Amino acid sequence: MSILVFVELQNGNLKKSAFEAAAYAADLAASRSTEAVAIALGESNGDLEQLGKVGISKVWHVADAKLNHLTSRSYTKCIMAGVEQTGADTVVLSHTSTGKTLAPRVAIRMNAGLLACVSDLPDAEGNYRKSMFSGKAWGNIGNKEGAAVITVNPNAYTYVVKEGAAAVEALAVLLGDNDFDYTVKEVINESAGMTPLPEAELVVSAGRGMKGPENWGIIEELAGELGATTACSRPVSDIGWRPHHEHVGQTGITIKPNLYIAVGISGAIQHLAGVNQSKCIVVINKDPEAPFFKAADYGIVGDAFDVVPRLTEAIKKMKAS
Amino acid sequence: MKILVCISKVPDTTAKISFTDNNTKFNEDKVQFIINPYDEWYALVRALELKEANGGTVTVINAGLADNEQIIRKALALGADDAIRINMQPEDAYQTAAEIVAAMNGEQYDIILTGKETIDYNGGIMGGFIAEMLDLPYVSMASKLDKNGDVFVLEREIEGVKEIVEVKAPFVLSAQKGMAEARIPNMRGILASKSKPVKVVEPSGTGARTHVAAFALPAEKGGCKMIPAENAEQLIDLLKNEAKVI
Ligand SMILES: Cc1cc2nc3c(=O)[nH]c(=O)nc-3n(C[C@H](O)[C@H](O)[C@H](O)COP(=O)(O)OP(=O)(O)OC[C@H]3O[C@@H](n4cnc5c(N)ncnc54)[C@H](O)[C@@H]3O)c2cc1C
Repeated sequence: MSILVFVELQNGNLKKSAFEAAAYAADLAASRSTEAVAIALGESNGDLEQLGKVGISKVWHVADAKLNHLTSRSYTKCIMAGVEQTGADTVVLSHTSTGKTLAPRVAIRMNAGLLACVSDLPDAEGNYRKSMFSGKAWGNIGNKEGAAVITVNPNAYTYVVKEGAAAVEALAVLLGDNDFDYTVKEVINESAGMTPLPEAELVVSAGRGMKGPENWGIIEELAGELGATTACSRPVSDIGWRPHHEHVGQTGITIKPNLYIAVGISGAIQHLAGVNQSKCIVVINKDPEAPFFKAADYGIVGDAFDVVPRLTEAIKKMKAS
Repeated sequence: MKILVCISKVPDTTAKISFTDNNTKFNEDKVQFIINPYDEWYALVRALELKEANGGTVTVINAGLADNEQIIRKALALGADDAIRINMQPEDAYQTAAEIVAAMNGEQYDIILTGKETIDYNGGIMGGFIAEMLDLPYVSMASKLDKNGDVFVLEREIEGVKEIVEVKAPFVLSAQKGMAEARIPNMRGILASKSKPVKVVEPSGTGARTHVAAFALPAEKGGCKMIPAENAEQLIDLLKNEAKVI
């Protein structure tokens, strides 16, 4: 039976995590000698056929403007319409705030087991590897049902980009007032041009070692030069030096960028819980005993106010050459 | 206003994670357990604030065996009025949600709150299961909750965006940072908690749909490569040519 993947749009464009979920679905379908079909909801700027590059042959598109913002009932109804169209017994979503919201509803309607937050295709025994205990362990999760709903952890699944374009077909789903959980009154963009933290590949983060909010200029310059998103430790957002949405860690956001640069952050276990799945960690701290060095790939013992501007200059030089 | 808060018992944030029985069981030895921080700091505290401002009751519900009494008493000490404990060892989120809905026994709540995820299983799916089972609206990742006449105004903080939404009770929400500030139980709360009712109900017997076949610990980091501060610029070259991340 075929596989349906729900691909997320943001401002009409496919999100990066949508390509990861689509590639995951296509690879899973290939391993089962079946096909993966995508479904997209809301208005699109026209990039849906790009999904062909990760192995998707067809995209069902419900182009209703009322679907430009998530509500869990309306989206679930559309996804189930896609399940009906394709006869899929497996639905793949991204483990994003949207995917997490929808997956349980879809799983119940399909009588499926929900494999949440997985990083890899199922192993030989059919078990799915999932990060647990805030990155401190892995679990191998088995499905007891025939049908499956899978949410794929962002920035975890690697795939190859091929040639190809997917065929986009309109799907009509009739939506009444009762299909919307609530009314969206306002949408405020907080990321100011930067890639939102949960999706960022490069992150520059700073902590209490920066001494005060007026010193964040050098952090922003380094991030700007790298094309990275800025983050911070919890005390820094608690005392209002930085906005709350930058707070990473156990009680903030969990991120898994390719590169995490931590400046003036001690590396408390609750901070590490949010960042320890980063592929490469760089720690800059003036205290050689800072616990963060134990979790790092590269370390510099030094004063942030000296080291960080020099790194920014080095990147400028590298780009110029 | 009747409010239900789902609380989960999780290992303390600093707990060392290890496994026994051939990596199939979490090793509870010397582990301190706490209420899942998102459930306590954000969901429960905001529920209590709403009750204090508008009247009503706050009930906490937990699926777990008798030793979960300790975290349930803490929730009562913080100000919850009563508690329901479902006498079972939950196996997955689907089963837990089904048992919570069964234990509600048809009782109507205006708001049902969960945390945005637990810090052990990191699923973030409990609220969605409960909403679907009860056929209720679901506001996930809520960072703010206010009552405005007969509607509730919520903020959702999601990837780079803040949404302001308006919903009518009854509904389910998952709470994250921003909702409220953590509280510490005071002496009066602790004393009062001892006489608050904890109803123990037996599970309905709904089975889990997934199971943990095995756990594993992540591979150890290869060790940190130190770069002398005076050669800090070298880092950029290493990130580009060795780690290949920029
Ligand atoms: C239940 C619970 C949940 C928590 N959740 C989180 C969470 O989600 N996220 C989080 O971050 N924390 C969390 N914490 C807090 C955590 O325990 C730490 O207190 C916090 O991470 C420390 O922040 P910090 O590293 O910025 O500050 P500090 O620990 O004060 O460290 C500052 C560091 O800066 C260094 N430094 C100082 N000056 C300089 C300089 N000029 N150049 C270079 N380095 C310098 C110092 O050597 C030090 O290592 C939580 C705590 C609890 C109890």
